[in-house]
Amino acid sequence: MATNVRQGAGLGAARRRREALIGLAFASPFLIGIVVFTAGPIIASAYYSLTNFNIFQSPVWVGLGNYRHLFHDDLFYKALWNTGVLMVIGVPVQLALALIVALGLSFQVRGQPLYRALVYLPSVVPMVTATYLWRWLLNSQYGTVNRILGALHLPQPDWMGDPLWTKPAVMLIVFWGIGTTAVIYLAALKQVPRDLYEAAEVDGAGIWWQFRRVTWPMISPVTLFQLIVGLIAALQVFAQPYLLAQQRLNATSGGPDNSLLTYSMYLFQNAFIYLKMGYASAMAWVLFLITLVLTAIVLRSSRRWVHYEE
Amino acid sequence: MSTATVRQAEPAVSSGQFRRRPVPTSRRLRQLGRHVVLVAICAAFFLPFTIMLLTSFKMPTDIFHVPPRLLPVHWVLSNYRQAFSSMPFGRYLGNSVLLVVLNVGGTLVSCPLVAYALAKLKWPGRGVVFTVVLSAMMLPPQVTMVPVYLIWSKLGLVNTFWPLFAPSFFGTPFFIFLLRQFFRNVPDDILEAARIDGAGEFRTYWQIVLPLAKPALATAAVFQFVWTWTDFVNPLIYIHDNSKFTLSIGLYNFFSEHGVEWGPLMAACGMFTLPAILIFVFAQRYFISGISTTGLK
Repeated sequence: MATNVRQGAGLGAARRRREALIGLAFASPFLIGIVVFTAGPIIASAYYSLTNFNIFQSPVWVGLGNYRHLFHDDLFYKALWNTGVLMVIGVPVQLALALIVALGLSFQVRGQPLYRALVYLPSVVPMVTATYLWRWLLNSQYGTVNRILGALHLPQPDWMGDPLWTKPAVMLIVFWGIGTTAVIYLAALKQVPRDLYEAAEVDGAGIWWQFRRVTWPMISPVTLFQLIVGLIAALQVFAQPYLLAQQRLNATSGGPDNSLLTYSMYLFQNAFIYLKMGYASAMAWVLFLITLVLTAIVLRSSRRWVHYEE
Repeated sequence: MSTATVRQAEPAVSSGQFRRRPVPTSRRLRQLGRHVVLVAICAAFFLPFTIMLLTSFKMPTDIFHVPPRLLPVHWVLSNYRQAFSSMPFGRYLGNSVLLVVLNVGGTLVSCPLVAYALAKLKWPGRGVVFTVVLSAMMLPPQVTMVPVYLIWSKLGLVNTFWPLFAPSFFGTPFFIFLLRQFFRNVPDDILEAARIDGAGEFRTYWQIVLPLAKPALATAAVFQFVWTWTDFVNPLIYIHDNSKFTLSIGLYNFFSEHGVEWGPLMAACGMFTLPAILIFVFAQRYFISGISTTGLK
């Protein structure tokens, strides 16, 4: 790059200006898009969150009224609780399952790519299909899952009808799609230097200690990344609970006892069914705040459990 | 890093153990044990597909038979016929295909341009914009959902396809990031040589860089394909007109007051899923490379 720049100060400046223009031109789709579809809307959303707004009339300023109202809204707390349960139980189990599957896939056997493909396959299945399919699998009378449980003389829960079991149903659908996480873990496992295992073995470490002392620390940066991605996704979970609770399109069902009403579902209902755009915007900002705080907490804690080389 | 050593390295669990046990039979047993474990895992992931397929070929009497039957007694195609007759399947399919084409097109036009600017061109604010790309990936879409809806509503374009494809022409942060990582590995010498030969910046990009980036472009294309094909939330928000439904929101047709018609629903679900599975089977390496690039830095 720098070889013939210094032919003269004026020429260099002209060339730099040309380069800058070309760079901006190449980046322009994103620069326009980020202003129109992200930056502008962020500012607008902050403003709407301080107003009452139903699209048909112009926004009416209410100050922090929407935020105050949230603290007295039982459904808001319900939605927060439902989302929290799905996140606190779902995400760690999801990561653990993905890691176990990845460890299995890391076996050096013939046909490994086929096994990997089969595990990943559910990840490309449309969420709608996956949820409808699991609605059928979890059908309390005729579903495969309860028939298997029955054959094993285990209790057969009413997955769709019992408020206690609707969240496990959502988690099962999510767990079915852990292929992406497993593939990322698999790639991380392959990066662990082999001599570390050999050294551990010389020290007399068994399989479990090799995992504890070598594998787990070496893949901990990936675990951190997956944890953050998983938390963010869990905070936004929408399609699976929406479709499990759905009776007809656009119905505002939150499932039995609103046990499926997640944060995003309640936000969606407020925005597009009740047309409380201001209230929905306030909910979006609270969600954003929760996301930031949780991410910050995880990042802070990561100093204690994430191991970086060098 | 050094891919050569990585490729030679044995995966975690198996490492180094067979050196101590040179006995072939025990090794074969170990291999067999591993296959058993893997088959069990894969069976768990695959079972739902099997049930979907089998249910789609069953008559209602088989579907609701007590005691349960795994296989259909009579294999029937009536569910597939009903899937086509009880909703405008062809129309929904056409809508979904159109949106996939437009979105993949938009992504392939815009994202490499931006990624190239971020990886290889020098301009003021480049670092800031890259940070913006990264933060935009973290932003919950709910924050911008309402104002973006209002923009489309003001333009009178709610209940059209515009909101479902136009944004892709302005670049998607995830793909920009993916392609930027790829472009960074293109040696500067190649670009410099093209410039010395008198090629303009756009020609260098179009004739040298883009052809080199085919694998990365393919990765972006297959991911965009699957995302658009499977997208549920955006059509749900923007499309109200039955004739403009995509397959993902059209499937609700099988939910009636009388309950769910599981046979036709499973048939329709199967047909809806098949293209996503096919593209995965034929483009598997792009999926895997996309996941490892963005997942592992």
